[in-house]
Amino acid sequence: MIALEKRPQPARGWVIGAPLLAVVLTMIAGGIMFAALGKDPVGAIRIIFWDPLFSEQFSGYSRPQLLVKAGPLILIAIGLSLGFRAGIWNIGAEGQYIVGALCGAAFGLAFWPSTHPLIFPGMVLAGLLGGVLWAMIPALLRVYARTNEILVSLLLVYVAEAMLASAATGWLRNPEGAGFPGSRNLARHAGTDNPELIAGTGMHWGVLAAFVAVIMAYVIMTRHVLGYQIRLAGQAPRAARFGGVNAGRLVILCMGVSGALAGMAGLFEVAGPAGRISIDFNVGYGFTAIIVAFLGRLNPIGILLAGLLLALTFIGGELAQLMLGIPAPAIQAFQGMLLFFLLALDVLANYRVKLKRRVAA
Amino acid sequence: MIVDPVTLMVALITVATPVLLAAIGELVVEKAGVLNLGVEGMMIMGAVCGFVVAHHSGSAAVGFAAGMAGGAALAMLFAVLTQLLMANQVASGLALTLFGLGLAALIGVGYGGRDLPAVYRPFPEVWHDIAVIGPIVFSHSALVYVALLLVVAVWLVLTRTRIGLVLRAVGENHDAAHALGYKVVRIRIAAILFGGACAGLGGAFLSVVRVQNWLEGMTAGAGWIALALVVFAAWKPWRVLLGAWLFGGIAALQLRLQAAEVGVPVALLDASPYLITIIVLVIISSDRSRAALNAPAMLGRIFHTSG
Repeated sequence: MIALEKRPQPARGWVIGAPLLAVVLTMIAGGIMFAALGKDPVGAIRIIFWDPLFSEQFSGYSRPQLLVKAGPLILIAIGLSLGFRAGIWNIGAEGQYIVGALCGAAFGLAFWPSTHPLIFPGMVLAGLLGGVLWAMIPALLRVYARTNEILVSLLLVYVAEAMLASAATGWLRNPEGAGFPGSRNLARHAGTDNPELIAGTGMHWGVLAAFVAVIMAYVIMTRHVLGYQIRLAGQAPRAARFGGVNAGRLVILCMGVSGALAGMAGLFEVAGPAGRISIDFNVGYGFTAIIVAFLGRLNPIGILLAGLLLALTFIGGELAQLMLGIPAPAIQAFQGMLLFFLLALDVLANYRVKLKRRVAA
Repeated sequence: MIVDPVTLMVALITVATPVLLAAIGELVVEKAGVLNLGVEGMMIMGAVCGFVVAHHSGSAAVGFAAGMAGGAALAMLFAVLTQLLMANQVASGLALTLFGLGLAALIGVGYGGRDLPAVYRPFPEVWHDIAVIGPIVFSHSALVYVALLLVVAVWLVLTRTRIGLVLRAVGENHDAAHALGYKVVRIRIAAILFGGACAGLGGAFLSVVRVQNWLEGMTAGAGWIALALVVFAAWKPWRVLLGAWLFGGIAALQLRLQAAEVGVPVALLDASPYLITIIVLVIISSDRSRAALNAPAMLGRIFHTSG
């Protein structure tokens, strides 16, 4: 019979190999799913993973989109990864993203139509603080009332969505918008816009922030005592406590950082690619970022690569919808599948598979 | 009076039933020491499978069975990941929700607004007209009573039978249960499948009975509220019922207040079921003496034996 033997340490080869194999298996399982939908499986996989980057017809539009979509995913996932490593589960990044966008947009609109150069930095700061504020609710409740942060952070997403709806139809609605829901367009107004920094690349301030976050996270996790405390708290909570790690402070810090990054991501999105506050401006980056964080092994460099890959599935998914009529939710199922395969393959990194003969007792 | 108490009570029970079904299933799962955060995903799978099958078969009962099967099928994925492949339960549960939401939306493409068979109401029509208790007690569809019976059954099995004792033993100390010869993994897989079927049934109730339509993302956090209810109930079946009614009451009341256009912002009313769930969670969790004691000791822990 097959038996699993726990490895003293995760196998290095599988730690990197598992995500790669998970991607391959997802392509196969996804192909089967597309075939079940009556589409050409090979063509669909090609359109999702190859054409956005290399087809002459589409790559002109798709390549810059890669950074546009990867930016928020990476930014949010970097924040989440710190907490996940320490066993702090902030799964409400979508809510922090929305509140960040609302606060940042509100700041910019408060000074409308000023084009003062300090307005955009102020918006970024307001977005950051909005995200922190929203993340502090589950953080403080966990520290001071021992309330489960998973449930609180997730339930707050629905509260944030209600706030977004009221903002888009009420207090942030464009006064010159003929009564239609949605705010003024921030992206088409100098002073509040988050422009493309290098033409034709999709690079905007949010993407730059994501790259900086990757570097900062790498330094903190490998070179700073805080990174050591985070890893210790995640792997051996008791040892961490005896070692003088303040668990409450760590919760507030990790949740705060992930909220700040998610809030900033929301602001960069609303002032750039999305352009304005609308009822459904959030497209689920906060949830997909959870997949990005795991696929990247909670490692900054891994998250960078995983963010680009998941961004590719978003772009390829849109393309497949356009070209093959594959329904939009298929891509969400596809992304979920990726996480499944990754979690399943992790067993190979953590356990050794042994074939044992049954011995008569 | 802007809100009629009798119709409010009727709505309360209807709104509470999906959450009650999902929560009572999750309670059994957690009693076995497993934390399945995929309730939302299993519910929405139940909702779509129930709706699609009820539409095609012309039978609500067959739809409910399909909903249970859909929820259990997704739960099986979770069981394989966490029990056989020893994956992290929090991450697997989240994966289940993300995947379930996507897959359900995919299955449901083009089904919005299709017609549904009528649901079976066990009590005779004339009884529905009895003042006050008629609508509140007798007017519901069969599944509402099934859900109530399920609460009683789960309570009886957990506290009065050998199966319940073994299940709780596995949840409190899996190593000891294993040493006594109980099949920890098999018992847990059975509990997870039961939880999935309950969540799926709750989802099917939502689409086939309550809303009578399929909408993408229609569970709208009901699965997460069910998870919160289990904590609120301190893992006791009767208190799950109480919690579900409390939630149902708030959700039903806020809809009526929106319709009556009282001077409260719509956003606040929309958010109120979630906000009140959070507030209740905080009150329960901060009670130092109770909350921690009742949680199954092995909740979320991985069981692995070398023997």
